[in-house]
Amino acid sequence: MRTILAYSLRFILYLILIAPILLFITYAFSTRWFFPQTFPVEWTASTVQRAIQDSRTFSSITQGLMISMLVSIFSLLLGFPAARVLGLRKFRGRQLIWLLFFLPTVVPPLAIGMGLNILFLRIGLAGTVTGVVLAHIIPTLPYTIFTLSSAFARYDENYEFQALALGASPLQSFLKVTLRMLLPSLVVAALFAFLISWSQYLLTLLIGGGQVITLPILLFAAASGGNPATIATLSLLFIAPPVLVIVATARQLNQHGAGIREQY
Amino acid sequence: MRDKFIYSPWISLAPALTIIMALLGASLFYAIAESFGYINAINQTNASFDAYRETLAFNSEFWVSLGFSLWISIASTLISSAIALVLAVWLSERRGNMDTLALNWNLAFPHLVWSVALLLFLSQSGLFARWAASLGFITTPDQFPVLVRDRFGIGVILSYVGKEVPFLTIILLSVLRSQAVGYDVVAENLGASRWQRLRYVTIPQVLPALLAGDLLVFGFIFSSYEVPALLGIGYPRALPVLALRFFLDPDLRARSEGMVISLIITLIVTLVAIISLRIGERRE
Repeated sequence: MRTILAYSLRFILYLILIAPILLFITYAFSTRWFFPQTFPVEWTASTVQRAIQDSRTFSSITQGLMISMLVSIFSLLLGFPAARVLGLRKFRGRQLIWLLFFLPTVVPPLAIGMGLNILFLRIGLAGTVTGVVLAHIIPTLPYTIFTLSSAFARYDENYEFQALALGASPLQSFLKVTLRMLLPSLVVAALFAFLISWSQYLLTLLIGGGQVITLPILLFAAASGGNPATIATLSLLFIAPPVLVIVATARQLNQHGAGIREQY
Repeated sequence: MRDKFIYSPWISLAPALTIIMALLGASLFYAIAESFGYINAINQTNASFDAYRETLAFNSEFWVSLGFSLWISIASTLISSAIALVLAVWLSERRGNMDTLALNWNLAFPHLVWSVALLLFLSQSGLFARWAASLGFITTPDQFPVLVRDRFGIGVILSYVGKEVPFLTIILLSVLRSQAVGYDVVAENLGASRWQRLRYVTIPQVLPALLAGDLLVFGFIFSSYEVPALLGIGYPRALPVLALRFFLDPDLRARSEGMVISLIITLIVTLVAIISLRIGERRE
């Protein structure tokens, strides 16, 4: 009896977890699905096809991918040295630095976006990809630093000294020792910086001001009054990268999962 | 040799710190300036408390929205914690990483997508309404209860509960799994019932972590825009929705009020985060 209960509870849990995808697929690939019908009777790929071929959708995807990749790269470049120092060194003011990096995760995107909107309008960054990338770095950079500094806290610098003592150049030691050892954490940090940026709605809206259109912007507009098939198609396109990332990093997520979600 | 690596930490920190401080500092500076009525676009440069006075006036919509925001944040947080507690206790009695993986799967759905899914499931012409109709419970769409875009924020709360339960469950599971099973077994040997074990052993163990997690969840819900904007209605509306509405108002003077509301949200959320951090530290 108890095992049956356990299995059915687990079944329900897993069902809830995959239900959204099934729902989106059903809506995206069906047509003329009128009210009382329990399930669609007519299936078609034309809505999906039309959405993908639509130039607005296509450019929102490429623009979103470009922004998120730039954000991810800059977060790593800026975050790596900071994380190294925070993870390996003890120095005066370390607590204060933690707090300063913690701040952007607390201040809501609403307030950041509204303030930056005014600044970027004055210096000509509003409505540009550069402006949106800069704005996205505010939530992604602290996350990158926290992930990498916890990796550095488990890292032993002596491997680098050993490599140098054995005659490696600093560059060789960096590439073959430091980067090699931190690779898993670097990949997780980069992917999730990408995802946080990819799913950012409010900052893109407030800084992009209708000039920079990404998928969340299109999806939000469609969901406020579009037809279900289009909404479902956009949703599927929107969650494709996160789904791939979650599947690819399933193992690492056990360590980092809790920290990431706050950003969504 | 080693000396090369012992340089001032500030050089490494400088790039990241500069960009965060500059962007965050500038955005807060402009928000505060505009809340006091400095609006360059219309050459209004005299400081005043007008926006604060209007926002906090007795009959202002601010109070309605504050109440609504508190309602959805507190209700979502409490419901999520209760479900997460049950789920975590139940899952912790079993081994295996599969469940943790399943819970992380939730990360694949940003809040926006999860809300869109609820919209398709629960609206009056949505999937559940169709099923109710084909089972004969209702005959027309409008007989289906209004669960999204409703007056009481039911849709908003459901959306947050769906997202926060996995988040809190992961936090609780990591605490429960890191603790030795000993306490539970001792209590059982001493004759504690299942309920007593939960009440006097498990809950005190996870309470600090749950409280810290709850405050994070509360802060997040209280300050986020997408879900109430998509699943809520025009009145009452959540504070972030009201703030953005004012901010994007064609009448530029309304922007000051938007800034005031956004600053109040920031203040509340920051206080909550500091308390959460304190609780988290005490745990360690």
